[in-house]
Amino acid sequence: MGTSKLLLAAGLLSALPVQAETFYEMSGKVTADLRYFTQDAKFQNQDYDTNLSFTVEPEFYWEWNDGNDNLTFTPFLRIDENDSQRTHGDIRELSWVHIGDDWELRTGIRKVFWGVTEFQHLVDVINQTDAVDDFDGEDKLGQQMINLSLVRDWGIVDLYLLPGFRERTFVGDEGRLRAGLAVNDDHTTYESGAGKNHIDTAIRWSHTLGDFDLGAYWFRGTNRDPKLQAKNLNGSTVLAPYYEQMDQIGFDLQATIDSWLWKIEGIHRDTSSENYWAAQGGFEYTFYGIQESAADLGVLLEYGWDERGTDADAAIQNDLFMGARLALNDAESTEMLAGISHDIDYDSQSLIIEASRRVGDDWKISLDGRFFSSDDPADLSYSINQDDHLQLTVERYF
Amino acid sequence: MTLLNKSLKTLLITSLIAAPAIASAETAEEKGMRIAVEAKESDNGWQDMQANMNMILRNKLGQESIREIRMKSLEVNGDGDKSLSVFDKPRDVKGTAFLSFSHSIGADDQWLYLPKLKRVKRIASRNKSGPFMGSEFSYEDLSSFEVEKYTYKFIKEEACEGGTCNVVEQYPVDKNSGYTRRVVWLDQAEHRPWKIDFYDRKNSPLKTLTYHSYQEYKEKHWRADMMKMVNHQTGKSTDLTYGSYTFQTGLSDSDFNKNTLKRAR
Repeated sequence: MGTSKLLLAAGLLSALPVQAETFYEMSGKVTADLRYFTQDAKFQNQDYDTNLSFTVEPEFYWEWNDGNDNLTFTPFLRIDENDSQRTHGDIRELSWVHIGDDWELRTGIRKVFWGVTEFQHLVDVINQTDAVDDFDGEDKLGQQMINLSLVRDWGIVDLYLLPGFRERTFVGDEGRLRAGLAVNDDHTTYESGAGKNHIDTAIRWSHTLGDFDLGAYWFRGTNRDPKLQAKNLNGSTVLAPYYEQMDQIGFDLQATIDSWLWKIEGIHRDTSSENYWAAQGGFEYTFYGIQESAADLGVLLEYGWDERGTDADAAIQNDLFMGARLALNDAESTEMLAGISHDIDYDSQSLIIEASRRVGDDWKISLDGRFFSSDDPADLSYSINQDDHLQLTVERYF
Repeated sequence: MTLLNKSLKTLLITSLIAAPAIASAETAEEKGMRIAVEAKESDNGWQDMQANMNMILRNKLGQESIREIRMKSLEVNGDGDKSLSVFDKPRDVKGTAFLSFSHSIGADDQWLYLPKLKRVKRIASRNKSGPFMGSEFSYEDLSSFEVEKYTYKFIKEEACEGGTCNVVEQYPVDKNSGYTRRVVWLDQAEHRPWKIDFYDRKNSPLKTLTYHSYQEYKEKHWRADMMKMVNHQTGKSTDLTYGSYTFQTGLSDSDFNKNTLKRAR
């Protein structure tokens, strides 16, 4: 009797609608990167030419309720040979998404990208930069949020409530690619009395109209870019981050016409110490099937401007960018990218070269080179002008 | 040709399509057009579709590499289809998703989602002739068939795997196509393609596509389980297999936007 009841229960359970099923998947990658600095270090405690670093970033994913609910967990860890600050962990994502008919509610630690340009991500403000991970500003820390996204005929509206602030990470005393004084984030201060518990808000509208993709937003909360203040601590000077409150409006626009991508984005930032406009714009043109091959060559030109000019504490205030992107479109997805930035005010340059290809089904190998030239001590890139380096990265996906 | 002649011809084609009974008077161009219209109409009404798409890429030495993609498509009456594709393999592009609103005339609207940066990028769609993921299939080979994309010429009837086939030449209208012409074998009974020969911009033989293991869905819609593309100029080939086809699952416009692209995975 007991057995048949059990069988019946088992039969009923297996007859439950598939909606009750949970889908689970794990994926991710581990990487190793080796940097070789071609010049001797500029500052104390940076006395090395090579640096080895490892990262691991698994992603755990669950989906249930017929795909209308999902949970993603993405921890991240980097181990660095020389810089104890660069050895760091983060939760890139720990978020639950519930999907309705014409809305989504996204809750937890997440990453959000806004913008269209390639050489600077001016309008992208939700997530803090993980500046210790790499100096290009592309790596971001996970941000706590509640995000309601509404799909309407006239566009997508995203409402954000951002409880809690993430401090920017900085290269430590033993790290290269930093300013002369290392940043000490034990002495971080805030304009807001709530400190890092200030609740930020944002609203963004985005839409596609024919060849045009456009977006506009208003952000109110803690400025992700700190003012770095020199402080005297027991006779030695350190840089301490100070985070102001800000109101920022931003817009971005891309026109996709034939082989042209025309892009512009801009912000107006209002803080208690300053208010200013800044913009980045340009184009990307692609030559398809060059030399009767399958390869595509894209050429990029962008210009970055900041109303504050040389008073700006941003690296890009009157800068011109040129780039070329070659994609072989082969089975190994071989790609090469070269970009030059030229600071018109300081007459300084940087050159970045990246090449990558897949090896086998699960490996990827890339070789990057970054070279800096700057002679003016007032230029922010002056402090890294001896940090030219090559970087070999091996990635294993699972 | 005068304008009057042109409109007379249009009128003639229209009436021929409407009344195939008098088709004996039609030219090879008109017959080719009629076959295309019939093929398109015979597959109308599939509404929406989901499937898994696997590719095996082989180079000249026989070395293989794998692509795994899941796709959803929505039939749009009077225009090209909407589709959403997600890559599972190779693993370095896992989670990359592709949203496309195709149009019978003019450029398609296409967006790419890059999961590492969480970035949605509008991309130029002019690149019709480029290889899809390094395979022997180009983007235009994988886009939906629309009558307006070609002009036509009927060549002959010929026995084929599907019985008797109409052999029709199709000339791409789009100047960005990688082909001067395609020669298509369509069976007369069910309007299914069995073979396509592709000729490059210099009109040299480039590729041959063959269709294998047709299945019928919803008593009307024929889909091949496997398509083999062989490149005669490079010796490379790609096998494209479809699995888990489901039709009419209730997809709508709201399943094809930037929000669904971001969470496609």
